[in-house]
Amino acid sequence: MTTGEAPEGVGAGAPGAGWRRADGPPAQDREQRRRGGGRRGGRGEIPMVDEAEFTSYYGRPVIKPPVWKTPDVPLYLFLGGAAGSSAVLGALAEGTRRPALARVAHLTAGGGALASVAFLIHDLGRPSRFLNMLRVLKTTSPLSVGSWILAPFSALTTATAGAHLLGWFPLLRRLTGVGAAVLGGPMTTYTAALLANTAVPSWHEVHRELPFVFAGSAMAAGGGITMALTPLDEAGPARKVAALGAVIEFGAMQRVEHGHGLVSEPYRTGRAGKLLKAARACTSAGAGLTLVAGRSRPAAVVSGALVTAGSVLTRFGIFDAGMASAKDPKYTVEPQRARARARDAAGSREAASTGTRP
Amino acid sequence: MTAISSASAAFTGEDPGNRLFGPVPDVTGDRGYADDHPARVGFFTDTSVCIGCKACEVACKEWNLLPMDDAKGTVDALGLTGASYDNTGMLGANSWRHVAFVEQSRAVDLPMPTVGLPGADGGQRPLEDPPVVHPGVPASATTAEQTDPQRTSSGDREIRWLMSSDVCKHCTHAACLDVCPTGSLFRTEFGTVVVQEDICNGCGYCVPACPYGVIDQRQDDGRVFKCTLCYDRLTDGLQPACASACPTESIQFGDLDALQARADERLAALQTKGVEGARLYGRDETDGVGGAGAFFLLLDEPEVYGLPPDPVVTTRDLPAMWRSVGAGAAMVVGLVASAFVGRRR
Repeated sequence: MTTGEAPEGVGAGAPGAGWRRADGPPAQDREQRRRGGGRRGGRGEIPMVDEAEFTSYYGRPVIKPPVWKTPDVPLYLFLGGAAGSSAVLGALAEGTRRPALARVAHLTAGGGALASVAFLIHDLGRPSRFLNMLRVLKTTSPLSVGSWILAPFSALTTATAGAHLLGWFPLLRRLTGVGAAVLGGPMTTYTAALLANTAVPSWHEVHRELPFVFAGSAMAAGGGITMALTPLDEAGPARKVAALGAVIEFGAMQRVEHGHGLVSEPYRTGRAGKLLKAARACTSAGAGLTLVAGRSRPAAVVSGALVTAGSVLTRFGIFDAGMASAKDPKYTVEPQRARARARDAAGSREAASTGTRP
Repeated sequence: MTAISSASAAFTGEDPGNRLFGPVPDVTGDRGYADDHPARVGFFTDTSVCIGCKACEVACKEWNLLPMDDAKGTVDALGLTGASYDNTGMLGANSWRHVAFVEQSRAVDLPMPTVGLPGADGGQRPLEDPPVVHPGVPASATTAEQTDPQRTSSGDREIRWLMSSDVCKHCTHAACLDVCPTGSLFRTEFGTVVVQEDICNGCGYCVPACPYGVIDQRQDDGRVFKCTLCYDRLTDGLQPACASACPTESIQFGDLDALQARADERLAALQTKGVEGARLYGRDETDGVGGAGAFFLLLDEPEVYGLPPDPVVTTRDLPAMWRSVGAGAAMVVGLVASAFVGRRR
């Protein structure tokens, strides 16, 4: 955001008054050619003339790409989501007297939560200080709020799963199961705010849809795992949850991949594009197979595995797309430049309508 | 003992104090300091007088004992970028000042050679056309350009060098501070933003949150580091090392309101001289980060220097995010419950 008037004859449309980088084409164009183009048709494509207008500092990214490691963080997202929806499934299965489903769901929730915590701690720069996450509770930090969700959730799910394994304390098990289920809903979606509350363009701009993508993805994963491992006569709810989750994940991802112009592009190109294409294939195949043949045990195992794989691939794809959008200054600069130009234009229109007539 | 953050009021929908977005007249008092806190300090970096000497970078590294690294942040590596005189490359965990170096050229329309005798066209044409950049902008109507050592003419082209010492902006609404889950980032009594290194657990959340790409994680250390505006020197009444070292007063340190007044004067003076493209960056308190504690006078678009053109603190949209998160969570519970309704299969 700048203040100061350009001199007469140099409008906002003449960036730099004709000054250009002195060493040939901008570096990001060379980058593009090295990467083999990667520009395909579809909505959100910007005309080539903008490419010439776009300037950067030697093609370097403007923002810092996340330092989060892969596979740690995508797996933390996936496992936390699967654990969250499984915890809700488990408590309801316990309440509706489906012991086999309850056991599988609670073991999934406990295992997923513990593994999720392990990946989160492993990703820290100083793992020995992981308890500092609980020094404060900051509503402006989804990671702080998430830590306060994840810590009690993993304790309660572990207790519930342990009680199932040991066959002890059935009453206490029901209580901890209900407690875990209460936190299970937020567990599935807080990680979306965690990604969206950054300056990474392709994560931030989709902040309204991302929680629903993660909610659907978590339901698909939790439903998929439990339907694959539960005897048929009790697995009905898990099948429904898996199919519903897959549909929501698929639909919300469509908005993410096509609804945001330029910053949707990383979701369709490069490695993220390939991952998300595979995710769509797995998710839709698994959902279809669930609806068609969910009541045969082998089909249930295959379709459960497919929707779970779709969920995993979606998390990796979203993570990759964000990284790609952070590393290319185009995705940071172009939308901001467009926003600033629109504001300047609106400002000058307003000035023209309220200002003095010459 | 866990402390609960004070920004929660902003999520009620009413945000009278602009806790998440917008101008904040007293950011220090707003964060709980008593009324007798010192005035908010900052940097005004006037890039029109920067000579790219990197004294600020050296002084900063020396004072803060920052490790050597290359332009990619690799510690204990010495490397040339191969792109310009800038071998620092970027702000990072080990470079809290970074001098950007940009070489630009532009075509200049040379005057058409006059045909016939001088004055044969009835005096319609001056004897010598001044070269022009494009209609209405003569090539010489810029800085004191004939004597400007950072600009030269070369045949039908002009060449100029832009240098700019970049630094952490110490935003009014600092995304890094907002998202830090441990409370290791805090607002000092001077209104600056500092990392407490003994608290940071290296979660890395602040790194992608910063809209300027300033803060970064140090390799082999795991914690994040950035400019502290020399917090240790400020508490002893000294000015930051980079401002002390700057030989041209391109880096000016002081109370923020005094710097803003000085910057406005400087911009007006440059525009009176006809310098094109001069603008203040980070000066406007109604911008996306509520105004920066370290702001700049630039001679070209911000992205030319590697700065974002219109940065917005990511936390502005957090109420909308939490609403979506809540709706998504409720949807999961509701739909899973609905799966248990109906006949048993």
